[in-house]
Amino acid sequence: MRNLFRFITRHHFVFLFVLIQLISLTLLFQHNNYHRTVIANTTRSIKGVLNTRIYTLREYLSLRETNKELLEENTRLRNQLIDSYKTTEVPVEKEFDSAYNKQYEYIPAKVVNNSTNKQHNFITINKGRIHGIEKEMGVVSSNGVVGIITGISQNFSTIIPVLNINLRLSAKIEESGYFGSLFWEGKDSRRVSLIDIPHHAEVSRDNQVVTSGYSAIFPAGIKIGTIEDYKITGGNFYKATVELSTNFQNLSYVYVIRNHFQQEQIELENTERYD
Amino acid sequence: MIEVLPRNILRFAVLVFLQVFLLNNIQLSGFINPYLYVLFILLLPFETARWFLLFAAFTLGLTIDIFSKTPGLHSSATVLMAFLRPYVLNYLAPRGGYDPGTYPRVYYYGPGWFFKYASVLIFIHHLFLFYLEVFHFYDFFFTLWRVVLSSAFSVFLVVLSQYFIYRR
Repeated sequence: MRNLFRFITRHHFVFLFVLIQLISLTLLFQHNNYHRTVIANTTRSIKGVLNTRIYTLREYLSLRETNKELLEENTRLRNQLIDSYKTTEVPVEKEFDSAYNKQYEYIPAKVVNNSTNKQHNFITINKGRIHGIEKEMGVVSSNGVVGIITGISQNFSTIIPVLNINLRLSAKIEESGYFGSLFWEGKDSRRVSLIDIPHHAEVSRDNQVVTSGYSAIFPAGIKIGTIEDYKITGGNFYKATVELSTNFQNLSYVYVIRNHFQQEQIELENTERYD
Repeated sequence: MIEVLPRNILRFAVLVFLQVFLLNNIQLSGFINPYLYVLFILLLPFETARWFLLFAAFTLGLTIDIFSKTPGLHSSATVLMAFLRPYVLNYLAPRGGYDPGTYPRVYYYGPGWFFKYASVLIFIHHLFLFYLEVFHFYDFFFTLWRVVLSSAFSVFLVVLSQYFIYRR
């Protein structure tokens, strides 16, 4: 400590110079519009470069995990293949018509920006208008629901994730089929709340909560989470705490869902409303 | 002989007045801006405490800034110049050091010495000031050319002042 003071007093001239120079430069950068703009632009571009680097690094570090997730997903999809089922049917010739009833199409995308610590979190992905992304499309990861597309530019889109207090999803309990409204209370980035489940419904811990498919955004049955706890509120309804199956903190790859019949469904529903 | 302190205060006021109301309005061919006010820093006595040098430079720069609506610009450049003054004086010191009772002026140390002393510090001041003002390096050599011409003009004015006002 004594040496520190001696050091400062010996070099007081240099320290004083640095201090006064800092004051001057602060004045300069805060009170001159031109300098302030230049500084802001520079920091913004530096931040952009750094963000990209950090994300690349993080992506690299979580390769093992990503691989595991992809593997699991592959296994699940493979299990759904017709070839995995033993059939006793005698094959008859059938023409494959790809336009027949394909309702949902998945577009893979990479997360380039993400936050989980705010009330209004947003996720940015590297696919945009030129890749066929449109507003109101659903977004899922291999683990479950992520959110809904709200903004699109030429090459990027923003997602309003489940972890945003403005988002409400229609969700149902897989076992019993009762549906309710799902939203985030803005506290715990691992948990959301499911309300409006009627009190006569059978609810128990470890019930799976999935998308209801009513909104024309998500297909029915996509995993959201598991019921962790529930209680009766307002007399007639259950309020359940749902532990999310998607981990938003290490999200790196997502799929955007295009619903080929979304337009049709919405148009039909709108005509009903006007009648 | 006038006392040192009032004399310097008067010099401060006169130089700020000259700079703000006369020289700031002169722009020779668009890009030469002489800054005579640094003469105040140049002429402070040898014995001036170094911390006082910095504060005086900051005050002077800020005064000019207030009048030209560029807070921080001139103060930053002038403080840098004041910081380097003791080192430059050290480097240019005649054998046996500076005599007590003398001031850094042509009268005591001759035009050659004064020219070197003034031009080094003024060049540093102008270099820092002009680049800080444009704040980019796209027109590096254009700005450098402005620095050189403006420094030359300022040095000319500073040396001239020695023969007109401070003959004694």
